Amino acid sequence: MAKRGAARFDRVIDTALALLAWLVALLVVGMVGWIVADLLRQGLPRLSWAFLVELPGDAGRSGGIRPILISTLLILGVCLAVSVPIGLATAVFLAEFQRGHRGFGPLVRYSLDTLAGVPSIVFGLFGNAFFSITLGLGFSILAGGLTLACMVLPLLIRSMEMALRAVPAEHRLATAALGLPQRVSLLYIVLPAAAPGLAVGLVLGIGRALAETAALLFTSGYVDRLPDSLLDSGRALSVHIFDLAMNVPGGGSQAAATALVLVALVLLINAFTSWAARRWLGSLHSTTF
Amino acid sequence: MLKPSTSFHRHADRPLLWTLRLLSAVAALIVALILLFVLREAWPALLQLGPAHFLRDPGWHPASGDGDADYGLLPMLAGTLLSSGGAVLLAAPLGLGSALFATSYGPPRLRGPHRQLLQLLGGIPSVVVGFWGLVVLTPLIRQWHPPGQSLLAGILCLTVMILPTSAMLSEQALRDVPAGSLQAAAALGLSRRATLEGVVLPVARGGLLSAVVLASGRALGETMAVLMVAGNVIQVPATLFDPVRTLTANIALELGYALELHRSVLFVGGLVLMGVVAVVMALAAGLRSSPGHG
Repeated sequence: MAKRGAARFDRVIDTALALLAWLVALLVVGMVGWIVADLLRQGLPRLSWAFLVELPGDAGRSGGIRPILISTLLILGVCLAVSVPIGLATAVFLAEFQRGHRGFGPLVRYSLDTLAGVPSIVFGLFGNAFFSITLGLGFSILAGGLTLACMVLPLLIRSMEMALRAVPAEHRLATAALGLPQRVSLLYIVLPAAAPGLAVGLVLGIGRALAETAALLFTSGYVDRLPDSLLDSGRALSVHIFDLAMNVPGGGSQAAATALVLVALVLLINAFTSWAARRWLGSLHSTTF
Repeated sequence: MLKPSTSFHRHADRPLLWTLRLLSAVAALIVALILLFVLREAWPALLQLGPAHFLRDPGWHPASGDGDADYGLLPMLAGTLLSSGGAVLLAAPLGLGSALFATSYGPPRLRGPHRQLLQLLGGIPSVVVGFWGLVVLTPLIRQWHPPGQSLLAGILCLTVMILPTSAMLSEQALRDVPAGSLQAAAALGLSRRATLEGVVLPVARGGLLSAVVLASGRALGETMAVLMVAGNVIQVPATLFDPVRTLTANIALELGYALELHRSVLFVGGLVLMGVVAVVMALAAGLRSSPGHG
């Protein structure tokens, strides 16, 4: 009797869990569908080649997003020019020289884990205080790019370190057995072998940088003119969406169109990452993001 | 016999190693630099006002001159904790449900697409979620119960932001259950529910809890999604339909024009935020390394 009761209890709980699981699966489909459908409905009518290449007019209510695209690319360029050399060097250092639990490596790792947990608005505070004011860069593309560089560094380093660790040890042993210096092994064996994984890390960093808004509000600023130099303020795509939605009455459809451009860019990048990760690295990267 | 790594070091070029070490030091120092600068900017307010002001000031009136300005941070802290807490309450069971779908309850051929959709959702920038919340979600809430821009809207947008994190990490925790334990449960003829309750959940508990805590860390630090939909009125909300302002939103709204002491207090807000997130992250690390997981 008790046994039959327990079996029925089993079935009830099992059904409830199955219901929850299916509900969540449907909810995820619904949420993605809802958000994307709304963006398409509002933004697609505005989207055209002209939208991408024209200057904005009337505080962004009309015209296109050319200066915003250019500023976004420049900010991204500054971010990568700084974060990739530092990130790659740190990843090589951690993966090739600091495999143990002692020494300088764990300290670097701990510091980077902490950095990864810092909220993006705090990067904005820091970038404003350090790059814009203390270093005198003002509200500029340079200040924004440097702030983003600090922000993407942990992600960049973690994925690049994983890529380097995925290179089989035999490769290194073979070059060591030939008596070649590690410089040679690194440049001609390890880095080329890890190149696809390093590219995945790079692309992940680009995606994170493109999506960021809060860290840019008070570093690269709001100005929607074409920038003359890296010391000019430049408005990123994400900041443009924010400004149109919050501060410009009647800017909604332009914001939706800009959001479509941004989402398309980020999704293309993510799709490329997971495709590349599956193609080159097995499932190593597809479980992390 | 030499271990392979030792033989590497013999051939390591000193200049190369020192270059790498130097650049790693730069990377490692960034977090210290951030703390230093946020502290330096917050210092005048900490010195002149002291913690009592931030806790006890009745409101937030930074513009009324240095003498009688009020800098109460409590309403903002409440906004941050309530919106994140609400989002975690929603995202934690949903994340577990998603993990169950992806590991046992969902049909195998649907698990891949489910995961891809989650990744897609996770790839949507927070400013876009905020925009969607502003033009779609808040009008719906307004119809139900004005004014629409509210704690509820903030909670829902935050849930959208952290659900992918919560789901992916929960799935990872369930996957980390050793295959041997599952086979033993199957050999005992345990039902799916009994396997979950007796084997999977106890083993994965640490991982699941740390998934929840990490997701709440993301929610606490989120700015745009909550800034654009929560209404940003400075008050401790009485109901879900009242507008609130979070610490992050407060910084984003006022840093542009804040001067002197006011600006300094915004950095204190940043410091408080870092503190809360640091506590949460330490909790997550503790849970991950707790017995019962790994």
